[in-house]
Amino acid sequence: MSGIGLILDIAVTHLTSKLKQTSIAALGVMFGIGTYIIMMSFMTGLNLLLDGLVLNRTPHVQIYNRTDPSEIQPVEKYGIYQDDVHVIHSIKPKSRLDRIHNALPLLTDLRNDIKVNGATPQTTCKVFYLAGTNNLNGIINGVEVDEEMRLFNFKEYIVEGDAHSLIKRKNSVLLGAGVAKKLSLSVGDRVQVLSTSGVTYTLNIGGIFQSGLAEVDDVQSYVNLTMAQQILGVGSNYISRIHVKLNDIDQAVPMSQTIEDLYDVKALDILTANAQFDTGSDIRTLISYAVSITLLIVAGFGIYNILNMLIYEKMDDIAILKATGFSGNDIMLIFIIQALVIGLVGGILGVSLGYGVSVIIDNIPFVTEAVPTIDTYPINYDPMFYFTGVGFAIVCTFLAGYLPALKARKIDPVDIIRGK
Amino acid sequence: MSVILETKNINKYFYEPVEFHVLKNISIRLNTGEFVSIMGKSGCGKSTLLYILSTMDTQYEGDLFIDGENMSHLDNSELARIRNEKIGFVFQFHYLLPEFSVLKNVMLPALKLGRESEAIIKAKALDKLEMLGVASQAYNKASSISGGQKQRVSIARALINDPKIIMGDEPTGNLDSKNAENVFNILKKLSVEQNMSLLIVTHDLDFANKTDRIIEMGDGVIIK
Ligand SMILES: Nc1ncnc2c1ncn2[C@@H]1O[C@H](COP(=O)(O)OP(=O)(O)O)[C@@H](O)[C@H]1O
Ligand SMILES: [Mg+2]
Repeated sequence: MSGIGLILDIAVTHLTSKLKQTSIAALGVMFGIGTYIIMMSFMTGLNLLLDGLVLNRTPHVQIYNRTDPSEIQPVEKYGIYQDDVHVIHSIKPKSRLDRIHNALPLLTDLRNDIKVNGATPQTTCKVFYLAGTNNLNGIINGVEVDEEMRLFNFKEYIVEGDAHSLIKRKNSVLLGAGVAKKLSLSVGDRVQVLSTSGVTYTLNIGGIFQSGLAEVDDVQSYVNLTMAQQILGVGSNYISRIHVKLNDIDQAVPMSQTIEDLYDVKALDILTANAQFDTGSDIRTLISYAVSITLLIVAGFGIYNILNMLIYEKMDDIAILKATGFSGNDIMLIFIIQALVIGLVGGILGVSLGYGVSVIIDNIPFVTEAVPTIDTYPINYDPMFYFTGVGFAIVCTFLAGYLPALKARKIDPVDIIRGK
Repeated sequence: MSVILETKNINKYFYEPVEFHVLKNISIRLNTGEFVSIMGKSGCGKSTLLYILSTMDTQYEGDLFIDGENMSHLDNSELARIRNEKIGFVFQFHYLLPEFSVLKNVMLPALKLGRESEAIIKAKALDKLEMLGVASQAYNKASSISGGQKQRVSIARALINDPKIIMGDEPTGNLDSKNAENVFNILKKLSVEQNMSLLIVTHDLDFANKTDRIIEMGDGVIIK
């Protein structure tokens, strides 16, 4: 044993001689790191859940017909008034159809694009759900259900019945949970819908659909794309919206730009559609860091304290070690190692605490109407938090130990020996 | 006869509480294998001189040569290495690291030097403890043994790296006459048998008279 082994041996002997105080210092680190891990796991678990709720289900690019007013008004094209100031009141958008112009070629183009994971057409029609003498306002969406399931986790919405029923039977419908409740209907029942053109259709309820957003569930239902087109009385090229999922979400903005440039449509990217969403995630993460760092700073002061006390008590030891040939740097290392051992032990305990409590939280029941797919609190077991936790512990304890260790390095053995 | 330690015009001042010229033009010399004692009345500067000679105190003017090398030019870690390798120091009061075993206390300077394997160092340490009659305490905690035993353990520690010089600041000051006699005999034996050089501050005239030479100090100067 020589060099660092010897230094380590001395450091550990010092630590074990003050087991109570060092344990308390290590406990401080443990709570700091434990809290960090718990908060990060829980907060990011929540973030991921909400991401899953909104982002995974939201198309990266939504394509629909442009309804903005024309940017260039007729008067501006008229040569005589070219140099004049135009004042036009009450500009209204030009009347247009609900359908996307040339939707099928656009859809094919999108599906052939390597940046695109998939694209789904939807046809929306306004209907009344008929229930006795009551007419309930509603919207029916025609979808390609297997692509919706593949790309947008559509299956997660179906709380009863089977999404595949849309494929098996043409007149099958996935009824919104709110609609089903209001009309006292369940899977296997039939529902009558009245189209705007006055035709009544009878649909079989193949499943109940619940998004968690009441205003959607109270009006919306899903049928097969061709069924929706039939209700509307239009051909198979009548498509109201196209939802695009990209391979890389970061491509959403340039992609929607390209689509708008190439086709006469409106393309809304997910970042614009959910701008407020990221802010919430960021703030939750920020709070987690703030709380954890505060705890670690408190733990750091604990370590600083105990090392100062240790150095004061071990003044004689330091003098003897220096007199018998240990250099100032050796002495400094002895105390820094003590700090690091406290940090490491506290860090490992903190990781265990963090993991333990995370598992407990992960098993606490959490049932909510809004999110039908989960039944316990969300926890994100990202190993990253565990590594950063231990890293944090080591950095903090090193900083807390550095100043006292510097002091120990400077102690003049003659002062101590003469003092006796 | 070779010179193991030599000083040339060493001067030292204390500035607190008032400026005080504590050592004045100290020039002494210690030959290899010589057993020299330093005497002088309390407060004349013996300890202060010894701290300088042992390289622990670097705040002085003048030159200090140990084993032919000028110490005044070395930095702190080089001096630590010299103390580790060439000087064994026996304190009056400052004994041992209380939380370590007696054996470990003796081994520490050698482990630091790292010249030999741990097994050899351990055997040597037990040997030294045996020589000083405290081998039976080897595995006890240093804090649990008596004052006389501690002093002998600290001599064993001073010897562990086979230093060129042993320095002691009243190493027998705290011992009864029987133990003091014992320690003297051990030191004498080292000088004779191992040709070790010894420089021991003492108040004990009997002790001093048995050494090869006495350096007498008075108020910061060498009298003879
Ligand atoms: N750190 C110090 N600051 C100021 N004066 C000191 C200090 N240490 C010792 N002295 C003074 O220096 C003189 C020599 O002290 P010391 O070397 O301990 O004497 P001795 O060992 O011969 O009894 C004494 O007068 C003492 O009071
Ligand atoms: Mg003295």
